[in-house]
Amino acid sequence: MDLIIARPEGLYCPPGDFYIDPWRPVDRAVITHGHGDHARTGHQHYLATAAGAGILRKRLGEHINLQTLEYGESLQHHGVNISLHPAGHVLGSAQVRVEYQGEVWVASGDYKVEPDGTCTPFESVRCHTFITESTFGLPIYRWQAQQQIFADINQWWQSNAEQNRASVLFCYAFGKAQRVLSGLNQHIGPILVHGAVEPLNQIYRQAGIALPLTHYVSEIEDKAQISKSLVLAPPSAQGTPWMKRFGDYSDAFASGWMQLRGTRRRRGVDRGFILSDHADWPGLQTAIKATGAERVFVTHGQIHPMVRWLCEQGLDAQAFVTEYGEEAAEAETDFAAESALSPEPSANTSSANQPAAEIATTTATTATHPHLRQKARRT
Amino acid sequence: MKAFADLYYRLDATTSSNAKLAALRDYFLLASAADAAWAVYFLAGGRPRQLVPTKLLRALTLSASQLPEWLFEESYHAVGDLAETMALLLPDASHTSNQGLASWVENNLLPLRGLPPETLSQQLLPLLLQLDQRSQLVCIKLITGSFRVGVSRLLVTRALAAVAGIDAKRIAQRLVGYTDLAARPTAAHYLKLIAPVHEDGETLSEGQPYPFFLAHPLQLPTEQLAAILGGPEDWQVEWKWDGIRAQLVKRDGQLWLWSRGEELVTERFPELHGLLQHLPDGTVLDGELVVWKQGQVQPFALLQQRLGRKTLNSKILQNLPVVLLAYDLLEWQGQDWREQAQSVRRTQLEEIVLSCQQPQLQISPLISGASWQALDKQRAASSSLGVEGFMLKRKDAHYGIGRTKDVGVWWKWKIDPYTADAVLIYAQTGHGRRASLYTDYTFAVWDSPQDNPERKLLPFAKAYSGLTDAEMREVDAIIRKTTLEKFGPVRSVTPTMVFELGFEGIALSSRHKSGIAVRFPRMLRWRQDKPVAEADTLQSLQALLPQAASPASQEVDES
Repeated sequence: MDLIIARPEGLYCPPGDFYIDPWRPVDRAVITHGHGDHARTGHQHYLATAAGAGILRKRLGEHINLQTLEYGESLQHHGVNISLHPAGHVLGSAQVRVEYQGEVWVASGDYKVEPDGTCTPFESVRCHTFITESTFGLPIYRWQAQQQIFADINQWWQSNAEQNRASVLFCYAFGKAQRVLSGLNQHIGPILVHGAVEPLNQIYRQAGIALPLTHYVSEIEDKAQISKSLVLAPPSAQGTPWMKRFGDYSDAFASGWMQLRGTRRRRGVDRGFILSDHADWPGLQTAIKATGAERVFVTHGQIHPMVRWLCEQGLDAQAFVTEYGEEAAEAETDFAAESALSPEPSANTSSANQPAAEIATTTATTATHPHLRQKARRT
Repeated sequence: MKAFADLYYRLDATTSSNAKLAALRDYFLLASAADAAWAVYFLAGGRPRQLVPTKLLRALTLSASQLPEWLFEESYHAVGDLAETMALLLPDASHTSNQGLASWVENNLLPLRGLPPETLSQQLLPLLLQLDQRSQLVCIKLITGSFRVGVSRLLVTRALAAVAGIDAKRIAQRLVGYTDLAARPTAAHYLKLIAPVHEDGETLSEGQPYPFFLAHPLQLPTEQLAAILGGPEDWQVEWKWDGIRAQLVKRDGQLWLWSRGEELVTERFPELHGLLQHLPDGTVLDGELVVWKQGQVQPFALLQQRLGRKTLNSKILQNLPVVLLAYDLLEWQGQDWREQAQSVRRTQLEEIVLSCQQPQLQISPLISGASWQALDKQRAASSSLGVEGFMLKRKDAHYGIGRTKDVGVWWKWKIDPYTADAVLIYAQTGHGRRASLYTDYTFAVWDSPQDNPERKLLPFAKAYSGLTDAEMREVDAIIRKTTLEKFGPVRSVTPTMVFELGFEGIALSSRHKSGIAVRFPRMLRWRQDKPVAEADTLQSLQALLPQAASPASQEVDES
């Protein structure tokens, strides 16, 4: 029998009567990770990893009814054995393993096979049926090792700092920003963060992930230091008045989408760093093969090429219709929650003597910044 | 090759002119003269004829990457650029040889032309596999003739001027015709470009034209013109012709005709060859090539039919006779006249054309009016006369170079474009920075008025430009949601979106299903207020056809 099927509310497990990453409110939801298209508000009961609990509470509210599992720990529900396994995507991200009457299915959510220091590395789980993403499911997507990308980022920062130009790096606030932070050479200059990024850094630090020291720009007393700094900001900050304080800066965007010249040029930044939290084409192939699964369902991204390719490789592959990261549009996706955050803590709570961590806690409650809307640009 | 690929990436990585200028300067200072000669050629828009057929490049990539053809096509549609797709799919070398651009082009690439397909694949693949991913991309772009990197000719000119330490105008002059070289650009050519200026000045060699001076669009309400431009008495007013801008050069008993793209087009217009006997040596005229019949300019579409021909038979020459409407004088009696005032050049030009007495050479007439308002009234006749509006040239203007930002002495005062409200019915993903976004649209109008319940939408134009990035994303999202069918990269959609299209010309065409061809169509705005049923009809389009383009008198036999 099919242990997981696609329903209008989300992926559903009939014998267990629960959903995985549902996009409409349901009674029981197993959440793979905290990104907005997978973790949504309004469910009666949440099940997620212990490592991801902090993120989920931060994003969905402190009072959600959340039950957690350690990686590898299992739970029985209506005769279904449920366990969560590392997906290597972001802090707390998991693949969901479902076992019922000897049949094993794994729903991978989003995953990345290359290990990085900011979350538990991907672990392959053997199964009969594997549900995979396909965000970068074309052979044009092949990533370089992250050490190479970090070296490029540091070199770019260094050369800007030598010319007294701030380096503004746009990246998603949850996951990507912390991964970039972990690879920065903090001897080059101060690291400044946008108000959407710092609360998540805080959660990572609380989870025991070592990240370099970060500051808000308002805390920098010696303004000359700003021109030596690296600034981490969400993509939604591009073109906002907040950017003005960095003067004549160089900007860059860190994302797997930067692999294509067209996407990079559409972003209108000086540099594109190809750094993704998703598996590349070889990574997807390796991961799928390693599960030993004979049936594969593809949920989002390059669905049709992946399904056709897997069928040609002799697998029984099909598509699931989901509402995870819309095809191609993902490059433009921002999280509404982040766009609503102020770039800086509000004036009355900000003080140069106060440690960054304390200020950060006030940020989330700051009202929507009126200017935080991406401007439409003429082509 | 590596240095040139690095230059390409530096140029590609920035939108700042200063950064681009610095990148170009750095390159030219370090490159050998032979390499720089080719770099200038490619950057200034030079294109060798395609060296390898695209089909073969695809086949090569398929065999090297061992991918099925459909997956290559999917990849290509996501990337939107053939060279880039190939570079992403081909295995690449970790480091690239230091072989210079000139040697790479001359020894490796140019010899590929005309080789039989099998030999070609055998030679090309090992060449590409010597290159890293960046150099592969640039190399393939050189092979396919699609090398473009957002550098204007003006910027190349400025960079060379900085390297050579001489005036940019001088470089611009030396650069004219450089990319048209039938011969290969060599170190000697490059050294000549950047050579110090001799005291006795330079005369242009052989048939070399001058850089064209270009006008800026004037987009002000008529009542504000007096405040900005002063009175019309200071201005020379001409029709803005819809033809091909050209320079006619007569020197040393020879005649050369150059198009604005600095392409030598003398052979294409044999009717002008007769002017050889009637113009003195040392004469350069600037004007517009147009098809001219019964004392009237004919639609650009007819001129285009001539351009598309490889051979011109007497029937075409008879049906589509071309004249040069002269409007400026750049050289007279061997002297450079560009520093003379516009009015002085005009007076002399009138004399030359008059004494020439050849029907193939006509003067572009002046229009006079007491006020801008009075001129505006005359401008309204533009469509019926088959012109695009007015050109305004200050009577004391010098003949400048290119389209410079600061000089307000030449303006094009165009009439509003034709418009029609059309329905988006097909969409295709774009190229370059629009890759993976549905940005290229086919538009339709109704084939009959609203009272016909059986009426259908008839495609009549394609348009890509005019939307903001935000609108583009919004339209893209709607296209994905309303897709009816996919045919490769093209999607048909449920007709829901109406756009106001603007276009410069409209003519009958037997090649289009609608029977109508429009010129330079683009989106003026998204009519979100307008239901599909209220879009324009074929009949309303036909009503826009100028009298001159009526079927009886104009449709040229396609045989």
